[in-house]
Amino acid sequence: MFAYTLRRLTILLITFIGVTIVAFSLIRLVPGDPVLLLLGERGASPEAYAAMRANLGLDRPLLLQYLQFLWNVFHGDLGISIVSKRPVIEEFLSRYPATLELGFTALLLATCIGIPLGIVAAVKRNTIFDYSFMGVSLVGYSMPIFWWGLILILLFSVTLGWTPVSGRISALYDIEAVTGFMLIDTWLSGEGRAAFFNAFRHLILPAIALGTIPLAVIARMTRSSMLEVLGEDYIRTAKAKGLSNLAVIIIHALRNALIPVVTVIGLMVGTIITGAILTETIFAWPGIGRWIVHSVTSLDYPVIQGGVVLIATVMITVNLLVDVAYMVSNPRLRSQGR
Amino acid sequence: MATSCLLLGQELWAAKTKTLIYCSEGSPSNFNPQLATDGTSFTANARVLHSHLIDVVLGETTLVPGLVESWEISKDGLVYTFKLRQGVRFHTTKYFRPTREFNADDVLFTFNRQRLKEHPYHKVGGGVYNYFESMSMGKLIKDIVKVDDHTIKFILTRREAPFLANLTMDFAGILSAEYGAALLKAKTPEKMDMFPIGTGPFRFKRYEKDSLIRYEAHPDYFRGKTPIDNLVFIITPDASVRTQKLKTGECHIIGEPAATDLQMFKRDPKLRVLQRTGLNTAYLALNVEKPPFHKVKVRRAVNHALNRKAYLDAVYLGNATQAKSALPPTIWGYHEALQEYEYNPQRARELLAEAGHADGFTTDLWALPVSRPYIPNGKKLAEMMQADLAKVGIKAKIVSYDWPTYLAKSKLGEHSMLQLGWTSDNGDPDNFLGTLLSCAAVMGGVNRARWCYKPFDDLIQLGKITAERNERIKYYRRAQEIFKSEAPWVAIAHSTIFRATSKEVVDFKINPFGPDLFYGVGLQ
Repeated sequence: MFAYTLRRLTILLITFIGVTIVAFSLIRLVPGDPVLLLLGERGASPEAYAAMRANLGLDRPLLLQYLQFLWNVFHGDLGISIVSKRPVIEEFLSRYPATLELGFTALLLATCIGIPLGIVAAVKRNTIFDYSFMGVSLVGYSMPIFWWGLILILLFSVTLGWTPVSGRISALYDIEAVTGFMLIDTWLSGEGRAAFFNAFRHLILPAIALGTIPLAVIARMTRSSMLEVLGEDYIRTAKAKGLSNLAVIIIHALRNALIPVVTVIGLMVGTIITGAILTETIFAWPGIGRWIVHSVTSLDYPVIQGGVVLIATVMITVNLLVDVAYMVSNPRLRSQGR
Repeated sequence: MATSCLLLGQELWAAKTKTLIYCSEGSPSNFNPQLATDGTSFTANARVLHSHLIDVVLGETTLVPGLVESWEISKDGLVYTFKLRQGVRFHTTKYFRPTREFNADDVLFTFNRQRLKEHPYHKVGGGVYNYFESMSMGKLIKDIVKVDDHTIKFILTRREAPFLANLTMDFAGILSAEYGAALLKAKTPEKMDMFPIGTGPFRFKRYEKDSLIRYEAHPDYFRGKTPIDNLVFIITPDASVRTQKLKTGECHIIGEPAATDLQMFKRDPKLRVLQRTGLNTAYLALNVEKPPFHKVKVRRAVNHALNRKAYLDAVYLGNATQAKSALPPTIWGYHEALQEYEYNPQRARELLAEAGHADGFTTDLWALPVSRPYIPNGKKLAEMMQADLAKVGIKAKIVSYDWPTYLAKSKLGEHSMLQLGWTSDNGDPDNFLGTLLSCAAVMGGVNRARWCYKPFDDLIQLGKITAERNERIKYYRRAQEIFKSEAPWVAIAHSTIFRATSKEVVDFKINPFGPDLFYGVGLQ
């Protein structure tokens, strides 16, 4: 067990260094000069340009810049944003709760709807419900998020007027960030239920847009896993014992069918973060996805590097925890690890 | 039911407190207009928060006193003495409570931060004062002398007629010296650029990153409190989402609406569309250092070859007027009687033959890589130009780079033909003719035609040092005649700026200089 964890940690460290190299070099392959972009259309004198390059450390050889970046990362310093002049870590932490709130809601939505849908499709196999479900889930899986987001806005916000178009809460509520989670902050603010429900209404469409692909994946995975389990001998035995269909499905089939589904839900964290980049842009959601997009367009090297490293760290940590949890829970893996 | 009542309560509160909601297209880079370089930041940080010594009448280019009561210019034109307005109060906020009113120390602080490298605030925020430098203010101002608390003198190194107009620019918004000192004492000078204190019509309340900016009306604003109580910017980068938010009433005004939505806005009974010709010019610079554009007949031939009327419909969707001068018609000094180059491919071929290029020639045409207010679609414009030029035998290869590279390479004169444009900084004709076409601008790289023509340059220099406006107009008119005859550019268009607002909004006017202004705007 110890050797396994140590091996995983070594792989993690190598992966992390790989991420820093990719994050550092990819953004430098993008055409353009961040200093010129920062100086704007009117430009500046060659002296001012040179001074700014030196000030940002961009005049040094690339290898030195990378080593300095790596050194700083291992010392917990991700640099200062070229545009806002604020520490990258501060910028990240101020936006992360928004992404977390949206991502968690989307995943919750995908799980709560996806699993029951998958179960019903498996139980009603080869019926009109199953075929419809398979078709709709394929459409949901294939839809581009930006297009789907705009369709949702046009239908629910503009045509029906049920939900707001974008943002986290109506501008009429002046909610000060305490935790960064709007649903919690609305309660803490003393504005009462109206503010909470307003924030909740703002969360609905972005969560649907972001949760649609994971929902389709979870539902399809649940269906196929359930079909496999429902064909097992012990299910037949349980039915032969006279258990009700519901009890067989919920108690015997679902428990076993959920193992691969839980793995898929873990993997969906990556999809959620990727999807957040588009969803946050469409719904003017002030999270890290939008922050990274804006940083790419303004060639804000420290933000892109730091942001990618932080997101990768979250992903690597989640994967490590999943691996260790598997190790703990699965005796076969434990013996392989030894 | 209870929720509905609470929501209704919020709406009633909003109606009672008059909150104007503006959906902006992006986040500001900071809240100090001295450091900003983009219109989005200027809308959020300039006139909303700060006042200027000299103001421009909205929609015009007439100068009026702002934070000054009067000014005097010495006979040699080198000393400007300003009598400052008294009783002007800075914003009182949660993070700063001023103990004194505006005085000469604040003027010194504002300008010395930008011009003196040894000033304790010079390096704060990066130390690059883009607009201050681009107007050569550092070289122009020899000294600033405080005569007394309410009198200040600017001593210049040379005569400069547009100097007063320069003081109306966003970078000249007055900051608080007292606040600066307090932040230095607290060892947090960088807060000055993110937690602003000014004398403008609104005071800063809070900025939620990439989400909202909240302002409150400044109750002691020297021109009187603005009709609304709160101003909220909702940062909405996607243009189609801004459109939907306006339609659903979540925004009262939207920044940078999409041109394709204009007709839809006009049809909507709840919305109002405002439009006016911008103080801008889109042009095709013909690099006179690259043969065959050193020949004036070739340059005139290109002017005749391009069908600019067709571009207005296809590229600008009808939201522009055809240009015939480097100056927009809304700038004083514009030459109304100037004859434009008519679209005449036959005449273009004749001119090319006279210049020794009867069979045409091969060249490059640099297409603007980004959408700008003066050219919304550079690629489409380039393709149309390429087709027009091919009709007279000029084979133009379309070239494009990313935006910063495009600017940097064209500054070095690597192009033959280049699309670009300019929006006025201060409403002065010199800001176009001098900044973009003078011999000095060739060295600075801003003169993309790299055209240095002494008779023209002499007139521009005369215009720059002459105080009398009518005299200046004469010089600029003659200069425009030379410009037309020598044809260093193809002047393409002056684009129309438009804004869409809810009909609840009253007294909102388009600022021809770009950034949106909110003082005096009300809600019905």
